[in-house]
Amino acid sequence: MTSATINDVKRDDIPVYEHKKGIKWGRVVYHVLVMLGALLMIYPIVWMVFSSFKPTNTVFSTAGQLIPTEWTGVNYVNGFKGFSGTTFWTFLGNSIFIAVVATVGTIGFSAIVAYALARLKFRGRGLLFTAMLLSMMLPAQVMMVPQYLWYQKLGWTNSYLPLIVPYWFCIQGFFVYLMYNFIQGIPRSLDEAAKIDGCSYYGIFFRVVVPLLTPAVVTGCIFSFMWRWDDFLSALLYVSDTERYPVSLALKLFSDPGSSSDYGAMFAMATVSIMPSILIFLFFQKYLVEGVSTSGLKG
Amino acid sequence: MTQATVASPQGARKLGNSGVQFRKQSKFRQWLNQENVSGYVCALPFIIGFLMFLLVPMILSIYYSFTDYNILSDPEWMGLDNFKEMFTNDPLFWKSMGVTLFYALISTPLRLIFALAVAMLLLKNSAVSGFYRAAYYLPSILGGSVAVAILWKQMFAQDGVINKALELFGIHTNFAWLGNEHTAIWTLIILGVWQFGSSMLIFLASLKQIPSELYEAASVDGATGWTQFWKITLPLLTPTIFFNLVMQSINGFLAFTQCYIITQGKPQNSTLFYMVHMYNESFTNYHAGYGAGMAWIMLLVVGLYTAILFATKRFWVYDEEA
Repeated sequence: MTSATINDVKRDDIPVYEHKKGIKWGRVVYHVLVMLGALLMIYPIVWMVFSSFKPTNTVFSTAGQLIPTEWTGVNYVNGFKGFSGTTFWTFLGNSIFIAVVATVGTIGFSAIVAYALARLKFRGRGLLFTAMLLSMMLPAQVMMVPQYLWYQKLGWTNSYLPLIVPYWFCIQGFFVYLMYNFIQGIPRSLDEAAKIDGCSYYGIFFRVVVPLLTPAVVTGCIFSFMWRWDDFLSALLYVSDTERYPVSLALKLFSDPGSSSDYGAMFAMATVSIMPSILIFLFFQKYLVEGVSTSGLKG
Repeated sequence: MTQATVASPQGARKLGNSGVQFRKQSKFRQWLNQENVSGYVCALPFIIGFLMFLLVPMILSIYYSFTDYNILSDPEWMGLDNFKEMFTNDPLFWKSMGVTLFYALISTPLRLIFALAVAMLLLKNSAVSGFYRAAYYLPSILGGSVAVAILWKQMFAQDGVINKALELFGIHTNFAWLGNEHTAIWTLIILGVWQFGSSMLIFLASLKQIPSELYEAASVDGATGWTQFWKITLPLLTPTIFFNLVMQSINGFLAFTQCYIITQGKPQNSTLFYMVHMYNESFTNYHAGYGAGMAWIMLLVVGLYTAILFATKRFWVYDEEA
């Protein structure tokens, strides 16, 4: 009896009929709490953005107040002047160069490697797959000293090479894994049809797999770009000329006690530095969410 | 067709140079097009990368960890002295190990609890749930950046936002959160917990996969929301919780940037993370051999920790196949 009646009533209807008023109040409380939590979460970022528009000497005296009484853009002018004769535009350019070049290589080659691991049978494939998982688990930070000593031997220190070249060679197994999972989802019958039509294995990759790979490529590019953009450790290790600094390292210099304590300019440039991530977040949220939830990676 | 050309070499030669070239190319191509060879060609970037940028440096660093190496002059073999120094003569080694374990083992569970709680809240669909999800996720997008690190440093400064916010509650203070050896580490823990968004998304995804029939059946049997959570939701989430626990605490062990920028290990080394100590030893004091040894010790600790977690798995992680 009971189960029959429950099945007859549509699930969505139950609350409306049964507790009209109680549910309404519950909803209000829910939204107030969740909204407050959400605002609290983003408050630090919002505070930073608004502070960057305050006159620099009032940033801390008015820290309790979010909206500036007096709006000014002078922090941005001062911030973009940079330091020791290098403008902040140069730092931005350096970061874009490193992030774009590393990303193009890592995504392109990860796709080919993933194709080999997912589709081609060759001796040692299992071993390579294990190696890929290993490289995924192996944290980059542990490698900082070993890699530094090795790049030192290769004469790569004090250049962008360690920031770019290893990524071209798929040192981040994560991207191979991402593509690998995606390629597994492409029906094999497509490969076979192409093969019957005389396509080589390379042809199958370029003509069949690549066109279908777009979602994984977009997700991969987003993560790679954001990680390279934020990368601080390798810049700290390998870049020493101020004019070749990426944004992350330049910001660190802004915050050092020795250099000017222009907090307004510092927050202005910090705001500029998070803009790419914010834009990606706004426009590609779908891909970010998918990437995170399907592969369960860190953020 | 192609095989016919290959089969009659004389005919091909008669065609002149271009014919010979074609024949050679096609043989090479045939070889190249074998599945085995194609596999190696396609996997080549990773094979090179793995050998050149992971395996070789790792093996070299085993050697360096047994030497006195200051990067500039040649390494000098000294057996186990680096490790002896670490365990018996470097108080900062133990201090930083303790700080790092404390940080990782406090911030990771907290982060997961927040992630799960908020994920449960956001499971309810409403017109603004997209905004909620975005707002809670945003910090983990930005949390690793230098910008947020320097922001954090200012927020917890004596005249920073945190003390100003406390004024709203009637607490007037200019307490230096980063200057006190008991509170400084907590500013970093809060920064870590604040970035619970990505775990939250993972929980959301797995919550949505729990079949609704289970809840319906439980309701019929009279189970309330709270019981349903303990008896259905949580057990079914344990695989996700396990995976996140492993990955996130490893990240916690290896935290570097935030500590390096915000506290530099101060005050009194109360926030000196292992990785920062390793960096200082290797690149400030030029004890690169010692640093290489430290890297290996950390790798062992991470491996051991993961092994222990895996050993406990069968006691609390729900296994669908069992």
